[in-house]
This record gives sequence, structure tokens and C-alpha cells, in this order.
Amino acid sequence: MKLIFEKGAPGQHLTLMPECDVPEVELSCARKTAPKLPHVSETELTRHYTALAKRVHGVNDGFYPLGSCTMKYNPKINEDMAALPGFTQIHPLQPVETVQGCMEVLSTTEKLLCEITGMDAMTFQPAAGAHGEFTGLLLIKAYHTHRKDTARTKIIVPDSAHGTNPASAVMAGYTVVNIPSSDDGCVDVEALRKAVGPDTAGLMLTNPNTVGIFDKNILEITKIVHEAGGLCYYDGANLNAVMGVVRPGDMGFDVIHLNLHKTFSTPHGGGGPGAGAVGCKALLKEFLPGPVVEQCPECGLYRFAQPEHSIGRVKDFYGNFDVVVRALTYVLTLGKEGIPDAAKNAVLNANYMMKRLSEKYTMAYAGPCMHEFVMTLVDLHDTTGISAMDIAKGLLDHGIHPPTMYFPLIVHEALMIEPTETESQETMDHVCDVFLQLWDLAHTDPQALHDAPTKTPVRRLDEVGAARNPVLRYVAG
Amino acid sequence: MGTYVPNTQAQREAMLAALGVAKVEDLFCNVPQEMLVGENLDLPKGLSELEVRKKVTAMAAKNRVYDTVLRGAGAYRHFIPSVVKSVISREELVTAYTPYQAEISQGILQSIFEYQTMICELTGMEVSNASVYDGGTAGAEALAMCKDRKRTKAYVSATTDPNVIGTMQTYCFGSGMPLEIIPAKDGRTDLEALKAALGADAACVYVQQPNYYGNMEDAHAIGEIAHAAGAKYIMGCNPIALAVMETPAECGADVAVGEAQPLGLDIAFGGPYLGYMAATKAMFRKLPGRIVGQTHDVDGNVGYVLTLTAREQHIRREKASSNICSNQALCAFAAGVYMTAMGADGLAQAAKLSMSKAHYLADELAKIGLPRIHSGEYFHEFVTACDKLEAVLKALDDNGILGGLPVEGGILWCCTEVVSREEIDRAVAIVKEVC
Repeated sequence: MKLIFEKGAPGQHLTLMPECDVPEVELSCARKTAPKLPHVSETELTRHYTALAKRVHGVNDGFYPLGSCTMKYNPKINEDMAALPGFTQIHPLQPVETVQGCMEVLSTTEKLLCEITGMDAMTFQPAAGAHGEFTGLLLIKAYHTHRKDTARTKIIVPDSAHGTNPASAVMAGYTVVNIPSSDDGCVDVEALRKAVGPDTAGLMLTNPNTVGIFDKNILEITKIVHEAGGLCYYDGANLNAVMGVVRPGDMGFDVIHLNLHKTFSTPHGGGGPGAGAVGCKALLKEFLPGPVVEQCPECGLYRFAQPEHSIGRVKDFYGNFDVVVRALTYVLTLGKEGIPDAAKNAVLNANYMMKRLSEKYTMAYAGPCMHEFVMTLVDLHDTTGISAMDIAKGLLDHGIHPPTMYFPLIVHEALMIEPTETESQETMDHVCDVFLQLWDLAHTDPQALHDAPTKTPVRRLDEVGAARNPVLRYVAG
Repeated sequence: MGTYVPNTQAQREAMLAALGVAKVEDLFCNVPQEMLVGENLDLPKGLSELEVRKKVTAMAAKNRVYDTVLRGAGAYRHFIPSVVKSVISREELVTAYTPYQAEISQGILQSIFEYQTMICELTGMEVSNASVYDGGTAGAEALAMCKDRKRTKAYVSATTDPNVIGTMQTYCFGSGMPLEIIPAKDGRTDLEALKAALGADAACVYVQQPNYYGNMEDAHAIGEIAHAAGAKYIMGCNPIALAVMETPAECGADVAVGEAQPLGLDIAFGGPYLGYMAATKAMFRKLPGRIVGQTHDVDGNVGYVLTLTAREQHIRREKASSNICSNQALCAFAAGVYMTAMGADGLAQAAKLSMSKAHYLADELAKIGLPRIHSGEYFHEFVTACDKLEAVLKALDDNGILGGLPVEGGILWCCTEVVSREEIDRAVAIVKEVC
């Protein structure tokens, strides 16, 4: 498909700007040449972008079991609420008495999400999960620094963790200590016991972990870290399995981030914007990024305040506010019964698919799983030459988004499946049938899978060539 | 309660039966049972869509939408063509995840490739990434890009948006990178102070153009000073101004970043916005975040993929150039549609209109006793003195006008193309009555 730069013709344009009604002024330091931006009519423009949209698979186009990403349905009401002019047309630096509604959104969402997570306070400034991790780690750093406990320079991360965990720890100035997982995919408690010490700043953990198992030793794990003087960070990427059922705060975690774009149904927009709200226990509250929203106990009005020992801001203004509006809409809709019900159905769906696929595929770990499970295709690869990648590409021709591939790193030939609660039994049965057919195809006609996909807008792409000879922008020929 | 679970009770029971499990709670057998929150979960009862709509709409109604906005300071109410929202509300785009499966994500990938090209055109730089969270985080990431073993210290002009400086300081608290603020003189970076400050450890100099006060910096001179000291030069530029002003490339910048909210995004109480980042070819492997590259498929068709991923956290983990994973893809998409709709001429027109209106407002305010406090050239923002700051802003507020932002020394005003001469005249008349 042609690029937008290759369409239209010089002189084609939309009529958007009025005549100037005041004396015209120009800069003395003008740019020498105009930027080469597209020149198309409105017809051409909308057709181009409609064509691009048709070359994208979203949640509404079909099943999207991308493990660890919680691709649940994105309710339409969320979009309507986020588009209210009373939110979209508000300047972030308006007088505080004119933004009471926005502050109510932040304050209300904070209360609800603190209740779900067992935390005492929350900031919405972080724009994404990784940004939340960074923020949470800075809270840990500020806590130790404030106590003059400056020898704590290490963050412990299991080898099954998301790549963002160690990367965030380094950005926060920490050294990463990787600890191996035990055979059941959970934290090796003895390895953890050996790893902690007077240099331990904290532990980062996902629970359920990245292989979809709830770590039954969780209370012991957080206790070991606390007794060593460290704090416990909860990576909330997998909260969907347990929201409203069991709370990270009750597991012993001190600080967490939530991916509002996963657990709380806000859409992911092809890679963002998300929101990585960070919650913490009272002991970290004074370090939160400012400003935070407070409600005056006497007059009921909301106001901004700066936490006493704030780490400072991590982003301009108050975060991806309009994403928070969507999450609030979702939590108000589900409420006390709906939140745990969603988690339970996410777990039920995952177990159902795990059971059906166990008919032919090898599971990396025994069930029951939580909201997701990991298959290992090592045996299939050994016997047929068909890899996890090949099965994934085979799914594309059936209109199914593949699972997360080759993650977590501790499982070879991994496919990580997370159906979420918003998929029906009918859909899952169909997808399981396709998976099982592909298994058969791997044995009967492996070349067909090596050649897949064949029905997509483009076929397998040369990623090595793309990295070796980077073409990162269009240059007019 | 509201629910988005499609399975009926009967279907759930059938699935449980298939699993050989009596109730769904049995699947949570690994959870220490004393930890289950159960009925103690203190949330309000779930609501119907109608009730939720009323509740959230009532919150929005407690905010004030101004007819006229004369305030910028990092968030700008520009005109957004109808095609922008029409395109980016397509549900394929809204509901997709990161384009990990390139074959079924070509629309997102191509849009990013086009966006990267437009950012390169706008800045004059050679390579752009796929976006970061906002202007502040773009600035903070840019400082980190310039750090090496010997050169560890960042220098940032005091004329930079305080939110951006704040974000940079927090990131530097994390990384341990020292950050020094270069003082301002007459609303611009003090060049002598800059020259004197830069030492052998200088990694980079960051300057905002136009700066926080709307003033045009001597961007060439700052670049020369930075480079003479062996430091990299980072410019944080308003993307609308870039349609008409000298590009960071022309000024000698190594890295160009900024807040791209003015390119078709609502002010939306501060977000979601869009951080753009571009660099010279010499620096591009240090860019954080996603980058899309052009390639071919097995049949020789042109296609697009996420590339140079060896910089990123999912491959490099603790050795990654940044931890960023999710970015602001849909906002970048919107900016791409916006720049396409505007074209180079439309964008230049928006810049000229914004600047001309700001100058008209400044001239009119000067006539009634609110002169600019800085000399020299400015773009679409400026600071005036004002003795009766509170009274002026209140009078404007009473008339549905959001006046400028109180800053040290007076009021920081802003005009964009959406403000008409009539609105400016009306605002000035209101101010005149107070002063």
C-alpha cells in the first residue's frame, strides 16, 4: 500500500484555517525550507486512513489472547464518557474551582482502586506500566534515602519477570539481582532467602506470575523481603486474575502499578496511550509524585497538595487523565459484584482453554492456572520442525491474534494464552478447534505452516534485513 | 451489576463440568484462603449503563469549559479538524495492542512510519522514534541519551517549562545524573552563564524553543556553546512553531524533542499527550522506545516492522536504553492525521495566525498599561506585567475567558488561531476596566 506522501498532488488541501484578522507578524529566524508534509484532499485522506485501519486487527476484529496483555473488550460507554467536552476541553492549569469534576474523577478512582488493591494512596501520573514501575521504584528509593539507609542498592527480580522490571530498576539507579524460578515457575524461596541482605532495596514480583500461577508462598516471600529491610513491588500486569478476589496489599506488597489499559478495560490504541497508576501503602504516601488531589474535610472541595517528601513529578500535569475517566466508568459499571466476577470468569476461561488444548499441546506447568497459561512447543518442534512462531503465523490465517510468543524466557518455544473474561465459550471452542487443527497440520503438512500466513495483507516480513539496513522514514524519490 | 462477561450461568457450569471442578472458587486453590477478600470488598454496587452515564456526566458538568482560552504554558487549544477524530475513533485502531504481529498490524506500523517521517520533516532531524509519553518525559529521556562514561552532567535552561524541568529532575534522581539549571536573563537563557557553567563533564545542554515565556532563544549561539564544550545539544520545540521557525537541525541540535499535543490532541486536563523524539543519524541507536522500519515480505511486498529492538527492554532487560514499552501510539496516529490534514501550508498558517494574534493581544495590552516584561522576539506566548493580577483574571473569568497564567513577574498569555480578533478586543476591554 502506498504511503500518504505518495498520494495526492501539490495544491491539494483541506480548507481549515481562516483569513488572518489581525496584522500579520513573521519570525526573523524562519526555517529555510518548508517541511515536506502530505498534500491530499479530504477524500484521499480519509480513504488512506480507512485503508490503514482495515490492515489492523483489534479486539473487535477477533480473538486476541495476547498473554500478559489482558485484551478484554473495551466498552463503548467508556469512550463516550472520555469524549465529554467537560473533560476534553479542560485546560490543565485552570483555577482549581473550575476543575472540581476532573479532581472528583481522580479522587473517586483513587478510592475505588485502593480498595481493589489494598493500598492507601495512588497517583495517576505514570502514563504506562513501565512508567509506573519506574515511579514505584523511585518511591522505594526515596523511602530508603529518607531513612538514610543508603546501602540498599539492589532490586531482586525473578527470571520470569517482564523485561520492563529490570529495565525500570536500572533507570531508578539500582543494580538488578536476577533469581531463578523453581520448577513450578514460582519464586524459589531458598534462592530468595540467599539473595536478600542489607543491600536489598526491594523485590519486584507479578502474582499471579508470568506463567499464570498464583504463588502460594506469597506471604512468606514478602516476609523474607521485609525482614531483610526491603520493600515489595507488585507488577500489576496480571491483576485481572485476582481483582476483587485477593488484594496485593494483603499479600504484603507495599507499592504496585496497575495497567488501566489491561485490567480496567481502557483500550490500548495500537500501543498506547495507557495509564500506569501507582498505589502505595501509607509508609510511602509522603513520597508520591505531586501534585496529589485532596478533599477538604470541611467544605468538600478538592484541592491540590504536594506530598511532604515527594519524589517530584514523573510527567507533565496529572497523567493520561482521559484514560482514568474510562477506567472509572468501568469500575462504576462492574462494582462490588462485577469486579470479582470478571476475575473469576477470566480464570475459568483460561482453565477451559488449557484443558481443551491439553488434548494435544504440552503445558509448561500443571493447572489449574489463573487468567493465563503457557504452553511449550519444544516437543512439537522436535518432531515436526514447527515452532511456536509457525503456529502463531498459522493462527493469523484464521483471523485469530496469536498468543504472546517466546515469553516468559524460562519456557522454551512458549505460547502464552490469556483469553480474558469477555470471550464466550463459543469463541474459545472455535479457537481451540483451530489450535488443534494446526497441531495436526504440523504433522501432516508442516510446509503449509512454514509458509503461513498467506491470507494477511503482507506475509512474513524480513526483520533481520529491517534491522541491518534501517529504513526509518520516507524520502521522496 | 454491569458485566461484560458473555457466558451465561449454564455455560459457566458446563465449562466447570468439563474441568471437573464444582465451583470457580476451586480454581483459586493456590491462594491462601485467609487472604480472600470476599464480602469485605468495599465497593459500590455495580450500575447500569444509564446510571453510569448520568454519574460521570455529572462529574464532567462540574468542570468549567471556557469560551475563550488565553492560557497555554504547555497545553494549547488549537483547532482540530473533524477528520482527526473521525479517523482515530476507528475501533480497529483504538482496540489493537502494540503491533507485535506485523502481518496483521500493517495499518498501525505504516502510520508510525509516516509519523516518523513527518517528525523528521518538521524537525529536520534524520530519525524519529514512535513516541514517548509527553514532552517532559521526552526531555528526560533525551538527557539520558547523551550520557556517557566521561560526560555525565546535564544542563537545562531555566527558561524551560517547569513541568519539564520537574520531570527531568525526577528522572535524574533515579539515574543519578547531575542536573544544573542555567539561569535566565531577560526571559532568555543567559549565554554567558551557560558558557561559564559547562565543564569537561558536560553531557548535554537542553533549551526550549520558543521557551516557556514564549521568547525565541538564540538557538544557534546556544548550540555553538554546547558543542564548543563537547556537549550534545538538545532542543525542545513547539511543533506548531516548527512549521515556520528554524529547525533544530538548522540550529545544530543533536536531539530534538517536545510536546506534540498541539498536533491535533485535546487539552483534556493534561493528557493523553504525545512526546516526540528525533535525533541525528549518529545518535539514533540511543533513541529510546519503539521505531518502525520498512522491509519486505517473503513475496517481495513492502511492509513495516518494529525494528532495532536490540535497544529495548523485552530483549535487553537491564541493559536496555530505556524501560519504555507502551507509548502513545494512538496520539501519534492522531498527530499524523493532523499533519496530513493541515499540510505544510496549513500548519504554517496555524503558526502565523497564532503568532500574529498573540502579537495583537500583546500590543493591545501594552496600550492599556500591561507591557511585556521581556524584550526581543516571541512566538505565541508572552509575559506582561500586571499590578492587579487577581482582579484581572477574575474579571475575565466572569466573562467566560480563561486569562493568562500567573507567573513570576506577571501574566503568561497565549493565543492560538482559534481566538478571533473580536474575542481579543473583548478581553482587552474587560482588562481595561479593571486596570
